[in-house]
Amino acid sequence: MNRFIVPVVVFLGLAAVLFVGVKHSPDKNNMASALLGKPAPAFELPVLGDPGRKLSSRELAGKPWVLNVWGTWCVECRVEHEALLQIAAQKRVPIVGLSYKDDDAAATEWLRQLGNPYNVVAVDKEGRTAIDYGVYGAPETFFVDAGGRVQYRHAGAMTQEVWEREFLARLAGGAQ
Amino acid sequence: MIRLQRAPRAAAWLVGLLATAALAVDITTLPDPQLQARYEALTHEFRCMQCQNNSIADSPAGLASDLRRDVQEQLLAGKSDDEIRAYMVQRYGNVILFTPALDSSSGWVWVLPVLAALVGLIVGVRIVRQRARLVAQDDSAVDVEEAPK
Repeated sequence: MNRFIVPVVVFLGLAAVLFVGVKHSPDKNNMASALLGKPAPAFELPVLGDPGRKLSSRELAGKPWVLNVWGTWCVECRVEHEALLQIAAQKRVPIVGLSYKDDDAAATEWLRQLGNPYNVVAVDKEGRTAIDYGVYGAPETFFVDAGGRVQYRHAGAMTQEVWEREFLARLAGGAQ
Repeated sequence: MIRLQRAPRAAAWLVGLLATAALAVDITTLPDPQLQARYEALTHEFRCMQCQNNSIADSPAGLASDLRRDVQEQLLAGKSDDEIRAYMVQRYGNVILFTPALDSSSGWVWVLPVLAALVGLIVGVRIVRQRARLVAQDDSAVDVEEAPK
């Protein structure tokens, strides 16, 4: 009996390590942002459909806001658009769009056809602001709290469920 | 038989295609050969976050070319390799480095294999020694339980 103890313990130990590893391995499709708890990177970008105006991240300070990175070239962005429209209709929190490496005319046309969920859309032609936010694909959606800190990043299409579980919960949880 | 004859040609094609693809991804040349060498080394250090198992040097993804642009700009601006690494890690986390820095969160990845090898070695040596001693001492008949059937 005794000689089974060591192998069994070793096996259970290995199983536990591997289980934790599999369970917590970074999901390629939704990795935690490196910016969590850190100040949202500053930006100053042109506003879509309003030539001459620039949107500075300073204008957004003091209240929670959501940044949604999208592009007309991005299939998943079309998938999430309906959900974004519904979320925007609730008017719980301003949604700032980041038009990521896109053509302005195409972006404007997209919003005209499908509806505009954004309070304002900033234009990131070269993808520099996106890199500052650690964006590795579109769509990605960030929650920034009233203190200007990134509290959550969702990579992939937004859904009503994700919105309620991850974003509304943080909005209610003292971020106001 | 036909398949076997085709294989080398197909392989040659594949190698040729891959070689062209690798060459086509990044044709950046920096004015200074030393900067160029650092550029090439650095771009091979960073993971393409879109395609995960490629470095930004090997990836045709849009984000990879944007990150190469950033590396190039920062090299030209006189930033050090460590500053550029920190720039990437600050935005994308340790996961962007193929060789993550040694810190409290990544340390066990380095320590555990060495530890496991060491434990294995010790256990192995002990078992071999024990057996050797048993054989040396034991002149009785083979133990029934241990005998192979």
